[in-house]
Amino acid sequence: MDTVIRLNNITKIYHVGSEDVHALQSVSLEIHKNEYVAIMGPSGSGKSTLMNIVGCLDTPTSGLYELNKTNVSEMNDNQLARIRNKEIGFVFQTFNLLARSDVLHNVELPLIYGGVSSSERKKMAREAIGRVGLTERIHHKPNELSGGQRQRVAIARALVTQPSILLADEPTGNLDSKTGDEIMALFDTLQKEGNTIILVTHEEYIAEHTDRIIRLRDGNIESDQAVQNKRVAVTTGKIG
Amino acid sequence: MKYAFGEFREGLLIAFTAIRANKMRSVLTALGIIIGIVSVTLMGTAIEGLNRAFNKSIAAIGADVLYVQKWPWGGGEDWWKIRNRKDILIQQARAVEKQAEFARSVSPAAGARRQAKYNQKVLENVVIVGTNADFLTTLGVNVEFGRFFTSAEDDGGRPVCAIGSEVAANLFTNENPLGKTIKLGSGNYKIVGVIEKQGSILGMESLDNRAYIPINRFFKNFQSRFGGIQIMVKAISMKDLDEAKEEVRGIMRKARGLHPKQADDFAINQQEMIIQTFNTIGVVIAGVGLFITGLSLFVGGIGIMNIMFVSVTERTKEIGIRMAIGAPRRTILQQFLMESAALCLMGGVIGLMISFPLSLIIDQILPTAMPLSIVAIAILVSLFVGLVSGFLPAFRASRLDPVDALRYE
Ligand SMILES: Nc1ncnc2c1ncn2[C@@H]1O[C@H](COP(=O)(O)OP(=O)(O)O)[C@@H](O)[C@H]1O
Ligand SMILES: [Mg+2]
Repeated sequence: MDTVIRLNNITKIYHVGSEDVHALQSVSLEIHKNEYVAIMGPSGSGKSTLMNIVGCLDTPTSGLYELNKTNVSEMNDNQLARIRNKEIGFVFQTFNLLARSDVLHNVELPLIYGGVSSSERKKMAREAIGRVGLTERIHHKPNELSGGQRQRVAIARALVTQPSILLADEPTGNLDSKTGDEIMALFDTLQKEGNTIILVTHEEYIAEHTDRIIRLRDGNIESDQAVQNKRVAVTTGKIG
Repeated sequence: MKYAFGEFREGLLIAFTAIRANKMRSVLTALGIIIGIVSVTLMGTAIEGLNRAFNKSIAAIGADVLYVQKWPWGGGEDWWKIRNRKDILIQQARAVEKQAEFARSVSPAAGARRQAKYNQKVLENVVIVGTNADFLTTLGVNVEFGRFFTSAEDDGGRPVCAIGSEVAANLFTNENPLGKTIKLGSGNYKIVGVIEKQGSILGMESLDNRAYIPINRFFKNFQSRFGGIQIMVKAISMKDLDEAKEEVRGIMRKARGLHPKQADDFAINQQEMIIQTFNTIGVVIAGVGLFITGLSLFVGGIGIMNIMFVSVTERTKEIGIRMAIGAPRRTILQQFLMESAALCLMGGVIGLMISFPLSLIIDQILPTAMPLSIVAIAILVSLFVGLVSGFLPAFRASRLDPVDALRYE
């Protein structure tokens, strides 16, 4: 199977005052195409740090990171921006939508920075919005949408560039459990359609949607196991 | 190309959304720019108007004419000393007329303000000019109809006159003035000609509200032969002006009996001096205008910079989001530069919208129009101020760390 992500001895040290915080001690792992992975661990164990490095928002202090067999750890800011734009779809706990822009524009935005022509952009954005079931809300502003709907917009924005991986840092953390289930059902569908997904969560029942759970503790991988009894989505991914 | 265009449009969109979201704040911030642009355009309009008025009226003075007078133009010397100078007399004019080789023509001139009267119509404050028959040549003036008086009429001190177009228009509405007799002061004069319209000097003294009579008649009716006059000397050509001036100076000194050690007790004035004085005034106006403009643009620029820093801070999260989905640092920089440029440009346009009607008002006093170059300069300057003062905030925005920016609340 194709390796999408390969991390080798990744460390991340934050300097806080005179103190060094070892957010990641030495992390090595591989993630293959179409894998469905959950990252778990107590608060402060380095989950977000890991996600940010994998998502090229941050660079490791040391170690090697290969994305689709290219070495990312040595890239400059501009190259990283390009990777974020083309290869990564990031979904955040707090949605991070542009408040003043409507759904269509939010979803279009990565394509604008990707230099896609206007008509092509609109087509692709509408399609992505269709996939998360928000076609009817296309001209709504984020504050006119429910939390679940906002997260769907964020997922559409992450999907629209057809990235190599979808990264989601606690995507259900700000949602009630029913809405969380709906979002997870959407991720399940996307994974079945061929996407590679890594998500961070605190909840076992969320993690059980995936095939593989990586547990972090104090910046180290504590365990990396396949999921035994995989949870099957109860609701369908598309809800208007 | 396409790549740049999508981003450019996005940048514009962001800029205008931001300005619209904070309308009041934007306008207040741009106030300095607005004032700067209003002052620079009004100054430009005023200088343009002065130039136009000046060039038009200075022509009447004649570039190649020397004015021998008691008072120097432009001043500078001791007022009392000049006051006490002996008057310039008609004999001196005759001397210049006879001896000056570099002169094409010489005319004495004496003036008085009197009432002009024809039938029941009265015109106050008409300037009666006593001069000789060469006046037309000396000042390069033309007769509209009729003729000027002749040297024979001058020598004989005949009661004839040529009147300015304003006098003609005011005293004769439906009649031909030629051959009519009007009363100038207490004497009757027969009109032999009407002088073509000349306009005014610097918009103050009309040159058309005049009546020209033989100077020998003037000495009978208005002042004695020993009263003060001025002498106008037209040089043979522009390039002989300096030599003509030296020559006239020599003749005048001799005629006034000055010995070599004494300073001139008369002035030889020329258009050049007015131009110099005027240029000094122009420089002063421009200097004051530029100072006000510079100051308000500077203060305005600082204001823009400040508000752009605020804007960057307020939108830290947005910057983080844009970076996270792939906007490179350059794009963020460009976005905020466009925003501050748009803010200043808006200020510039508002400034123009204020100063344009004001320029129309100025036009009522001083015929002028806002020069197109000034409009272009105003636009460019406001763009420039926007780019300069937006640079630091935009640079700070572009250097933000994506993770930190995303975490900002
Ligand atoms: N920007 C930062 N500066 C300093 N310390 C940080 C920074 N980001 C994270 N950390 C520290 O690194 C550790 C891991 O944080 P994080 O990856 O956010 O944990 P998690 O997402 O698992 O809760 C924590 O101890 C946290 O305090
Ligand atoms: Mg976290």
